[in-house]
Amino acid sequence: MTIDPRRKLPVITDAPARDGGDGESRRAFLKMVGKAAAVGVLAACDAETRERLFQKSFREMSPAELKKYVARLERDYKAQYGVDIRVGAEPPIEGVVFAYALDISRCIGCRRCVHACVEENNQSRDPEIQYITVLEMEKRHGVDLEHATAYYEPEQVPREGHFYFPVSCQQCDHSACERVCPVGATWKEPDGVVVIDYDWCIGCRYCMAACPYGARRFNWTTPKIPKAEINPNTHVLGNRPRPKGVVEKCHFCLHRTRNGRYPACVEACPVGARKFGNLLDPNSEIRQVIDTKRIFVLKEELDTSPKFFYFYGT
Amino acid sequence: MRRDCLRTTLRRLVPRWRLLLLLIGAGTPACAQEARFDDGEPPSMGTRAAPAPAVPNPADSQPLLVPAMFACRAVRSDDTVGAEQYPVPKPPFSKDIFPCTRCHDKPDDINPRSRNLVAMHGDIKLAHGSREQWCYDCHNPTERDKLRLAGGRLVSFEASYELCGQCHGEKLRDWRRGIHGRRIGCWNGQRQYLLCVNCHNPHAPTFKPMHPRPRPKRPSEIHFDQRSES
Repeated sequence: MTIDPRRKLPVITDAPARDGGDGESRRAFLKMVGKAAAVGVLAACDAETRERLFQKSFREMSPAELKKYVARLERDYKAQYGVDIRVGAEPPIEGVVFAYALDISRCIGCRRCVHACVEENNQSRDPEIQYITVLEMEKRHGVDLEHATAYYEPEQVPREGHFYFPVSCQQCDHSACERVCPVGATWKEPDGVVVIDYDWCIGCRYCMAACPYGARRFNWTTPKIPKAEINPNTHVLGNRPRPKGVVEKCHFCLHRTRNGRYPACVEACPVGARKFGNLLDPNSEIRQVIDTKRIFVLKEELDTSPKFFYFYGT
Repeated sequence: MRRDCLRTTLRRLVPRWRLLLLLIGAGTPACAQEARFDDGEPPSMGTRAAPAPAVPNPADSQPLLVPAMFACRAVRSDDTVGAEQYPVPKPPFSKDIFPCTRCHDKPDDINPRSRNLVAMHGDIKLAHGSREQWCYDCHNPTERDKLRLAGGRLVSFEASYELCGQCHGEKLRDWRRGIHGRRIGCWNGQRQYLLCVNCHNPHAPTFKPMHPRPRPKRPSEIHFDQRSES
């Protein structure tokens, strides 16, 4: 047994020495019985069940398998919700790394983004799941999480002496969540978006404990979404309806952004505080922000290298 | 040789299964979905002084420039950034107010004195800049359907950002770069640049406070019955 320095997990590199004799024959016998039982069970169930049983993780699927998988998801959703849902599987666009910037000198804490996100991304309405947490902070303390609340509800915003600080998944380059996932169900895509394979997630919530931004949400129950409010435009790694017992989070609206559109929150923001674009394109809005404004990232000291920037536009 | 090269490049850029998915995607109405605003509110901040430009929801009134996903893929940002022409929605005129020449059709007596209007435009309360501001600082006194820059050049209402930029130069600079203001459409292609006046009432540009959407539930308020779950 050696330690793979990359994964820091024990890896079995060579088979243990066989002892021969009785142990060997008993093992051979049990193996044979096991195989026979498996063959029997598999023969009894239909092709689709077999397919589900041996489904690979998203990253291991061949294009043909992915196509079949997506078609099956669409059938499942039709049966479950009675709605025709398109499950897209658009791959990352070459030469594109997504990044986000938020102008905290403009945000007024109206929570339009929060609710636009819920509607766009088929989040559970009951129990409530929201990807964006808008924190109300005090101007005299500055950006200080010790003096922040998400539960503010004044008649009018912005409140005197306060500013607002929306937090969602920061799409870290060095993501803690990816490192702790024991099954490899969450990873960073080539376009920089940290995604989750909802069919591979085992619901252990290690990633939620590891995330320093509190960006991940857990489906304690089967998500409840009124049929009329389901967004039928989805992505397999993004906003397709989630099963019970898996973790979810912001994915930069993959179903929109990989098709060129702005994320829903960008278009919903009434003050234009949210900016989005390709980090590798020097003319993109996001690069203009980074090149010309005072920017910072949240919890820089943790070296997570977020692709979510905060800036002061004024 | 060249055709071969083109074909390989194309294949590399767009693997076949991806093309197929693209085609599937193009057929669904959701891709052609327009920009959505929650509860049909205008993209403006709060309520404004009565019928001063009643800002319509841009998603309702103007068709988005980018109806389908293909359009988003077609244009690269290099084509739009830096260009002098900006795709903008129609300015948010109050109902039946434009063209101005419908009423102001012949040369008027021009009274440049700052005062309260009573007979017409009584709804407009100027709260912009100095107290000495008056209509003709921005509106052209003769050819009324135009705005007039300080230098005398006339601009259309669709190019009102030029007028605003005379004083708010750094905001115009940021607006052109995409840092200030709102855009709707494609991050990498065609998009609508909302005009200054789509969000700011030109006669009283300061944003009004607004009512926030509901707060998230506190952990103690979340109850669900696990037994009812299958």
